[in-house]
Amino acid sequence: MSDKKKPNRRDFIFTATAAVGAVGAGAAAWPLIDQMNPDASVKALASTEVDVSSLQPGQSVTVLWRGKPVFIKRRTENEINEARKVNISDLKHPEKDEDRAKNPEWLVMLGVCTHLGCVPLGDKGEYGGWFCPCHGSHYDTSGRIRKGPAPTNLEIPKYEFVNSNTIKIG
Amino acid sequence: MSDHNYTPSSKFGKWFNDRLPLLTLANHLTDYPTPKNLNYWWTFGGILTFCLITQIITGLVLAMHYIAHADLAFSSVEHIMRDVNYGWLIRYIHANGASMFFLAVYIHIFRSLFYGSYKAPREIIWILGIMIYLLMMAAAFMGYVLPWGQMSFWGATVITNLFSAIPLVGESITTWLWGGYSVDNPTLTRFFTLHYLIPFLILGLVVLHIWALHVPGNNNPVGIDIQKPSKDTVPFHPYIVIKDLFALLLFMIVFAFFVFYSPNILGHADNYIEANPLVTPAHIVPEWYLLPFYAILRSIPDKLLGVVAMLSAIFILAALPWLDTSKVRSAVFRPLYKQFYWILVIDVLILGYVGAMPAEGLYLLIARVATAYYFLHFLLILPILGKIEKTTPLPLSITSPVLGGSADLAMAKNTDVRKEKL
Repeated sequence: MSDKKKPNRRDFIFTATAAVGAVGAGAAAWPLIDQMNPDASVKALASTEVDVSSLQPGQSVTVLWRGKPVFIKRRTENEINEARKVNISDLKHPEKDEDRAKNPEWLVMLGVCTHLGCVPLGDKGEYGGWFCPCHGSHYDTSGRIRKGPAPTNLEIPKYEFVNSNTIKIG
Repeated sequence: MSDHNYTPSSKFGKWFNDRLPLLTLANHLTDYPTPKNLNYWWTFGGILTFCLITQIITGLVLAMHYIAHADLAFSSVEHIMRDVNYGWLIRYIHANGASMFFLAVYIHIFRSLFYGSYKAPREIIWILGIMIYLLMMAAAFMGYVLPWGQMSFWGATVITNLFSAIPLVGESITTWLWGGYSVDNPTLTRFFTLHYLIPFLILGLVVLHIWALHVPGNNNPVGIDIQKPSKDTVPFHPYIVIKDLFALLLFMIVFAFFVFYSPNILGHADNYIEANPLVTPAHIVPEWYLLPFYAILRSIPDKLLGVVAMLSAIFILAALPWLDTSKVRSAVFRPLYKQFYWILVIDVLILGYVGAMPAEGLYLLIARVATAYYFLHFLLILPILGKIEKTTPLPLSITSPVLGGSADLAMAKNTDVRKEKL
């Protein structure tokens, strides 16, 4: 180290110039990168309202929210019991059904497989919930991953009951 | 090319060449000394150039009629098929051309694997080739999305979701790629732009690929270094040009068979259904040329590791010149490697087959074994084989095996002796 040349004024100027140049290049690149993120018109479609008054227990409806399918399922007593009696520690992604469905009768979740984004099929699979045909993930009646390559449970979007018949998603 | 002394005969030619030495380049390409024993497996470079040019020309024409919008893309493709003069022909050439391109590139790659063309001093040619192959896969994938059918949409969804496997930033990257919260119109327009761009990037890499090739010159079926030019070489034109053209003619017969007699056999019927974000087709498979990697992805029961394994399967090829420790290039003189080579070919074909089958039961088991073997071949077998394999004697020159000259390994390895003889 001792024989290494001591940095002089010129070295400092080179480094400083390169640093300023890098910041400038980064600043110029950012708009070119950020233009690919969701634009204002895409973000504006952030919420949707669904009338669920016609759904009978056991039936479900799929609606489009932000370009993605959302499953709204009115669960039967059996399905609720099935989901609630599961031992949480057996789950790959442990979540209580009570936390996933505040109102036990209504399960609202994104119909997007957490593996690679396919739409799972309802009333199918080994756990009586959903089954993804693409790569074979099985979800239970609470939409929790039980078997297959998906890493997490089906995602619960932000939603609320506007009144007893209408769910607002987003 | 620095050793090239060429003077154009005409006065204008000389005037022009002094300012831009294009004629020197043309002369270099014409006289380029080529090993005289190149077999038909060496004609696929020319065939691939033809494929690239065909894709660029037909693609340019299709872009004049195609509309990159989620509401219009599907019907604009049907418009090309039904209304545009010869639109059906141009689209079928473009769609099947992609498959022909991959068919040729796989033969080209496996030729390199057999004859050790990736070894020193040709590592850069090989790595440029792998980069071209990667860009080809990106272009093919994005092109498949453009008709906006069911397979387009769900193929795009599955492949872009691969990026969501990246820890922490995966979700943001996927949203950024999509330009929204799912595959939609912004995704389609940017895929169209990139699909248009990539062929020209490939063209640039092809120029570098050929440039890098012309530094050491072609490898050959015997895989030994040769003097250039010498008794062992012939000029590129007319010898190789004519051979390449004849092979191209045969290749075009196969190409034409697909275009005219079974234009949809390599596609999926589901892609003639317009994209529907609410319904995933029951059986999603990529195009045939991506199936081996798809099988590797599905054989790992973990999202992140599956993606890592799939990408590693491709990138491991770039490290091949250093994984293969044998100094002997051609499999002709490597009795053990020759057998492992064919096992790898069969392994990749098996991966391709199970990639098209449902990922369950026996298929899943076969996919796992074949995936394990794929990595074993590159990471374990090749490095060890180079150390323990007893290779058969190499000939002194290309001419010697033909003329029955003595093939002595010790002599062949002594390049100084060889140079004196020549």
